[in-house]
Amino acid sequence: MILSGCLTTYLVIALFLLVIGLYGMIQSNSLIGMLISSELILNGAGLNFMAFNRFLSPDPAIGQIFTLFIMGIAAAEAAIVVSFVLAVYRRFKSIEPAKVDELHG
Amino acid sequence: MIFYKYISEFLFIAFIMLVFLGSLLAVRAKVLMHGVLGLAVSILGVSGLYFYLGSMFLTLMQVLIYVGAVCIVIAFGVMVGKTPTEVEGLKLKAGIFGMFVSAVVFILLIFSIKKTSWKIPIKMSGDFSIEHLGYTMLTKYCLAFELISVLLLAAVVGAIIIARGGREEINS
Repeated sequence: MILSGCLTTYLVIALFLLVIGLYGMIQSNSLIGMLISSELILNGAGLNFMAFNRFLSPDPAIGQIFTLFIMGIAAAEAAIVVSFVLAVYRRFKSIEPAKVDELHG
Repeated sequence: MIFYKYISEFLFIAFIMLVFLGSLLAVRAKVLMHGVLGLAVSILGVSGLYFYLGSMFLTLMQVLIYVGAVCIVIAFGVMVGKTPTEVEGLKLKAGIFGMFVSAVVFILLIFSIKKTSWKIPIKMSGDFSIEHLGYTMLTKYCLAFELISVLLLAAVVGAIIIARGGREEINS
């Protein structure tokens, strides 16, 4: 049995990344932890695209370009979220999502 | 020759282990910096899988962009604030809820992966070389390329404006 030549292997790994990212996003109690989980989810999406690109796409360049696009979005997202965390820390002195409740009744 | 195949499979499983253990460390770490390290390990594993999927270019890009840029940016973010205090009851409840949701998603998607029959393309056009990738990116998918650059520019400018002034308190 060849594990690395099978589409299902990659799909299951990508699914695992998505699931563990979801879990981390729900249970984390800091904004940075949520950012890390979202990076895991985006990685899973990229892996999925690359797997379909290798096994099912007629032109192998398309999936690679899409994965590059995902990487660019992840980098931009990380920069924006870290600057948000700076701004939130400046105002609330904490990076816990539960503490940011100014609009809470 | 069969010997090399075994080595390749062994390395493949090692990369999968890197992905699994790294992502587990990333979400379960008590100290946030360990979480960033786990993310880096997991990303290195995914870049190894990209190599098995035939794209040397994306392997290098993954290491360069994620480990080199994103993880460093997140490490800066970790150093900003102190690690939040644990609220035991709330944390436990959120953990159980998260496990429930992710288990449901996992089971649903694994069934759909099992049930789908994938269609293999009849004929291939192009190959995995960097030349073909660059040619396609700058002709057919030029818009995506330009959009990435505009997006990154906007993100960097926005990040600078939002984070201006460091972590001192605002005078208002």
